Amino acid sequence: MKLQLNGAMITAQVSTLADLLEVEGFGGAKVATAVNGDFVPASERSDKSLKAGDSIEVLAPMQGG
Amino acid sequence: MRDFYGITLANGLMLGTAQYPSPAILADAFKRSDASVATVSLRRESGRDRAGQDFWALIRDLGVHVLPNTAGCHSVKEAVTTAHMAREVFDTRWIKLEVIGEEDTLQPDVFGLVEAARILTEDGFQVFPYTTEDLVVADKLLQAGCEVLMPWGAPIGSGLGLNNIFGLRAMRAHFPNTPLVIDAGLGLPSQAAAAMELGFDAILLNTAVAKAGDPALMAEGFAAALRAGQLAAQADPMTPRDMAAPSTPVIGKAFLS
Repeated sequence: MKLQLNGAMITAQVSTLADLLEVEGFGGAKVATAVNGDFVPASERSDKSLKAGDSIEVLAPMQGG
Repeated sequence: MRDFYGITLANGLMLGTAQYPSPAILADAFKRSDASVATVSLRRESGRDRAGQDFWALIRDLGVHVLPNTAGCHSVKEAVTTAHMAREVFDTRWIKLEVIGEEDTLQPDVFGLVEAARILTEDGFQVFPYTTEDLVVADKLLQAGCEVLMPWGAPIGSGLGLNNIFGLRAMRAHFPNTPLVIDAGLGLPSQAAAAMELGFDAILLNTAVAKAGDPALMAEGFAAALRAGQLAAQADPMTPRDMAAPSTPVIGKAFLS
């Protein structure tokens, strides 16, 4: 199915947010996630089902002022 | 120095982590200034590069308190969601809350700021609100549960210093027990000293250090200025006067004319 990951259109055959992170190379990384603008805690990623057209944000520590 | 949500900092220097020429220079700036807090942010991560992971390792090794921000957020929802994501990633209840209201000045949207602060404090966050020197807004932020206020000195990244000394002095006088941090706009150590002389508890800066020709040296300069201003504030400065007053005693002066 087609998803939007950090603003880019991708195609992934996954059912949950946890699966997507694994497939896209985020396994074990310190990241925070949101789906369609709503925060999804790490503890809920395995239960968070994805559907075509969902917009996923994966954020990590970055420089800031 | 007043506590920040129960934490006593070794000093009042809060240093940003953006715009440095290299990670090594960033680390050197923290080392030479002995800054006690590092501000950080969250941005999109690439599963291939995982750049954020290296940055996080660098920050962790600094051994300082971490203050995540909501920089770039323009709405309450955006700021609140970013704060939740930051709490999980950085494992801290501290959040530097920014809700930007105007692009040219990056002036905070104080209405959104108060609303977001209330939502976050009710959810257990310890909010450091980036605000103006407006006393009414400051009071609303305290009512919303904030225990720290962070008025701007001048627009972010401008290096203009303390644009409204009167307003900042009034803020210090109006909230004598609230930790106050000058956040943004400082360009020179002398401005940091002036802020501390006004009785502020800390300063938060980034661009003035990161964009200096020698960032680590500038960071050290800011640390020294901060200490000088802090000592001056503790020493109870003299009251300025309009006319001269001789410092050398006139009694006993020879009559030579």
